[in-house]
Amino acid sequence: MLNPLFWLQAISLAFSQIWANKSRAFLTALGIIVGVASTTAVIAALTGLKARVLTEFESVGASKFFVFPNRPDNAPRNMYPWEKILLKTAEARAIHDECTLVKAVTPITEVGLTVQAGEKTIEGLTVSGIWPDWHEVENRFVQEGRPFTQIDVDSERQVCLINADGIKELNLAANPVGEAILLGGRRFMIVGIVETVQARFFGMNTSSAEIFIPFSVAEKMQDRNFFMRIEGLFKSPETAMEGEDEVRFVLRRMRGLGPGDPQTFQVAAIDKFITQFKALAAGITAIAGGIVGISLLVGGIGIMNIMLVSVSERTREIGLRKAVGATPMAILLQFLLEAVTLCLVGGFLGIAFGRLAAYGLTKIPGAQLDQADIPFWAVLLSFAFSAATGIVFGMFPAIKASRLDPIEALRHE
Amino acid sequence: MADASDNRPLIQAVGLTKIYRVGVETIHALRGLDLTIERNEMVAIMGSSGSGKSTLMNMLGCLDRPTGGTYLLNGRDVSRMNAKELAQVRNEEIGFVFQSFELLPRQTALENVELPLIYASGGWRGRRQRALAALERVGLAKRVDHRPNQLSGGQRQRVAIARAILNKPSILLADEPTGNLDSATTAEILALFRQLHSEGQTVIIVTHEDEVAAHCQRVVRLRDGRVLSDLPVAKDIAGRHLPMIEAAAASAASSSGKAGA
Repeated sequence: MLNPLFWLQAISLAFSQIWANKSRAFLTALGIIVGVASTTAVIAALTGLKARVLTEFESVGASKFFVFPNRPDNAPRNMYPWEKILLKTAEARAIHDECTLVKAVTPITEVGLTVQAGEKTIEGLTVSGIWPDWHEVENRFVQEGRPFTQIDVDSERQVCLINADGIKELNLAANPVGEAILLGGRRFMIVGIVETVQARFFGMNTSSAEIFIPFSVAEKMQDRNFFMRIEGLFKSPETAMEGEDEVRFVLRRMRGLGPGDPQTFQVAAIDKFITQFKALAAGITAIAGGIVGISLLVGGIGIMNIMLVSVSERTREIGLRKAVGATPMAILLQFLLEAVTLCLVGGFLGIAFGRLAAYGLTKIPGAQLDQADIPFWAVLLSFAFSAATGIVFGMFPAIKASRLDPIEALRHE
Repeated sequence: MADASDNRPLIQAVGLTKIYRVGVETIHALRGLDLTIERNEMVAIMGSSGSGKSTLMNMLGCLDRPTGGTYLLNGRDVSRMNAKELAQVRNEEIGFVFQSFELLPRQTALENVELPLIYASGGWRGRRQRALAALERVGLAKRVDHRPNQLSGGQRQRVAIARAILNKPSILLADEPTGNLDSATTAEILALFRQLHSEGQTVIIVTHEDEVAAHCQRVVRLRDGRVLSDLPVAKDIAGRHLPMIEAAAASAASSSGKAGA
């Protein structure tokens, strides 16, 4: 019905209208610009955060699992005293011996000790007790000296591993392997230097001083009821679900829990954290979507207002166009197209500003958002929302224009 | 498009009535008006304000529908058409010329002339050549890229006329076309209308000025929504404004001399 020439002129007219009223168009589209820009920036930040966290999880290893003591929900304290819930060394041993899907496992307990090396003394340094499997579970090996062995644990040798920051803080020689330090007043020989890992989100590993001793030795230096966690690796991420079931089965049997009894511990595989984090990110994205919805509503009302102004300013033009044969539909489409163009230009600028903001995010030192980026779907969605805003809020002015009586319109001053 | 072999009149209006309601008041703008106009006539429609002259122009130009009566344009009943059909009829059959030109200020003369083609249902190819040809017919071949504010009043009205004749309409309908022009320019524009008429164009000019009407062949005078008189121009003006006829004749002679040169 409408020939190509109509579309051509309608689009060029839409742009020339914006160009002719640049500042007005900009102010009108500001709502949409700000809405789209802020949302795309939030999505960019989330994307960066997600990438960061997932990389983090990956570096930890997708097949990693944790076991923590856990008091059942709503359970009376006297039925489940803390000492019954705490994990035991025997339980770690059972997982090691019986779980076929577990590749490596280590109990970890932390004890605060006074550390002395020559002149230097540090109070309350956290010293971790571990099994040799810890190297594999944590993916941290020795740079100098040797790793822990089963003999260190079995014969309760007073040996320790230290990291580079520990060496620095204790003013030790660059390669202190073979030197002795005092941990809680007892003499330990440094047998190896472990790799320091980068600072991570969850404080699981930090780049501050770290000292490790055999678990069997740490056990002796702890109180009677001490806290430990168990960390391990499944043979592959694919069998993580079955592996969890296996660990759970072994621990329930060890604790003598009947089929109806609640769990007194918690087994968590890393993939569960990933799922949880993804759900959290999706939630935040939905909230960002809500914000863009509100700002597009506000922006859309601005668009409607300016389109009504435009219709009233151009009443004579509309009258003339009708006189030379423009159908109501042609007028309606033209004004609708103008509103949509205005919104799309706003959306485009919004994405541009959002991109700029995303670039800014990647440059914030320490924010760890260097992977912040606007995903393609967000760009598409922003344009779609902008266009929809133009259609919804441009409709009323466009209908008003299309229904103008040409005689009245031509008489309009 | 008018078919030359068609013997029916171009415009055949029978018993046209138009009633407006303004609040509680009812205004009878047309009270059973009959009018027939043949092809290639040049007619002036005159009347004082309130005579129904504007209402009749809106009817003839298919901008409005009559309350009663029938209006056959080229044998088609346009009095019962809907807004979309009327728009198409306006696009193909009517060329409007307005008192205040109604050019789009940001577009060039050429783009202004092309405007009706945007809404044409077909045949929009070769638009540039057609628009250029129309501008040439009104003597503005050298002003195609000028915007309205770079043109004089007479040139603007020429652009408007070029736009009106672009689709080769059945009727060139001018509403006070010289109302905003000085007398020298008025004479030029009226000469242009006469030239188009001599080339076969049907021209209807709505005016309240006898000087303008004097350039037409036939003068239809309205009063109270009816035809008061419908006479050849010589009889209409004879005895009343004799000096005016002479002036018109003189200007016609000079402009046709110009056209010939």
